[in-house]
Amino acid sequence: MDGIHDLGGKHGHGPVVHPPSEPVFGSDWERSVLTMFPAMAMAGAFNLDAFRSGMEQIPAAEYLTSRYYEHWMHSMVLHGTAAGIFDREDLAARTRHYLEHPEEEAPKASKPEQVEALAGLIAHGDDYRREVDAAPRYAVGDTVRVLADASTTHTRRAGYVRGHVGVVTHAHGAYVYPDTHATGEGENPEHLYTVRFTAEELWGAEAGSANTVVHIDLWEPYLTTA
Amino acid sequence: MSVDQKIQPVEGLSMHSDAELAARAKAMEAILVEKGLIGSDAIDYMSSVYENEVGPQIGASIVAKAWTDPEFKERLLADATKACQELGFGGMQGEEMTVLENTPDVHHLVVCTLCSCYPWPVLGLPPNWYKYPAYRSRAVRDPRGVMEEFGLDLPDSVEVRVWDSSAELRYWVLPMRPAGTDGWTEEQLAELVTRDALIGVGDVTRPGV
Repeated sequence: MDGIHDLGGKHGHGPVVHPPSEPVFGSDWERSVLTMFPAMAMAGAFNLDAFRSGMEQIPAAEYLTSRYYEHWMHSMVLHGTAAGIFDREDLAARTRHYLEHPEEEAPKASKPEQVEALAGLIAHGDDYRREVDAAPRYAVGDTVRVLADASTTHTRRAGYVRGHVGVVTHAHGAYVYPDTHATGEGENPEHLYTVRFTAEELWGAEAGSANTVVHIDLWEPYLTTA
Repeated sequence: MSVDQKIQPVEGLSMHSDAELAARAKAMEAILVEKGLIGSDAIDYMSSVYENEVGPQIGASIVAKAWTDPEFKERLLADATKACQELGFGGMQGEEMTVLENTPDVHHLVVCTLCSCYPWPVLGLPPNWYKYPAYRSRAVRDPRGVMEEFGLDLPDSVEVRVWDSSAELRYWVLPMRPAGTDGWTEEQLAELVTRDALIGVGDVTRPGV
């Protein structure tokens, strides 16, 4: 999607405000939202790529002015509604209720088997690498150009590298293809490469771009021979 | 600490107050609990892992080991996932990791322009600035300017290599060991290594230098 989330190279977002330290969770509710991610994924509401795609559908002005875990809630409501877990009217009514009764906590339940599943997930993660029969089309050292086409659905083909020429620095083997995995069209694993671009190629002879390169990981369908 | 002291500019613009967001999260949690899809103990467990166990001190300890054990350093640079596994570290959002070695001639910087991909098993959950638009937009276009804002002024003779984490591969930085730390223990060295240095917006310096 050619959305506001595709931020690389954009101007107007100001300096990086970096407090020397900050709490891991800015508010208590963020703890719940963090855990809703694996909980809802385990319930089949979304996979990682669909989850990212959901965040990309946040209206642009809201995307830039909302907190990180707000983005998460947005995608969870979108997918959770589609999966029949949430009903928007019910959710709105309950939200009003808790806003009027901030001292009231959400109901409690114990799920020791979920704690165990989370411990396994945190320790081992997921596996996105896949074996494929197709040989990789590119090798380390090859010069490639990123497809310049616009995009209407989820993609990791960042806007700032589209149409630009770089050199393959790593060929990683095949991985789940986010563009179709996000839309429910399947994993369709594709070869993944790290491609290096000079700053001059991406931005021209901008001040500060001397002696600078940018690497990004790109799937084979994003590339053509330069 | 009040909410106002914690927020960053992007949060100050939010259309929703912290109270509204808390109410929405509670409403979602209530539905998930009623449907048997989330446990309160699971919420306590997962948040506690990232609040108390998994954080940048892990990355710092791995760096200190690499500084003091050349064979481990070689393994770390060749296959960071495997080398970290030796020490019991790895997993979610760091299933495949690559460690990038800073040298006098090359400095690495890690970003995710499209979302907020970050090596959780060794750095924990990302800080807010890593997730917000300013860093994500500028790290690939003006990395030297961004690093200057963090107090790191690199001469043009040092090549800057930016890594945009767009796939399920996670990158982090092995900073240079500061001079004057000969004979320091791993524990002493680890204390010098900051989260910012592991992302590449900072460097490691000896106190008083």
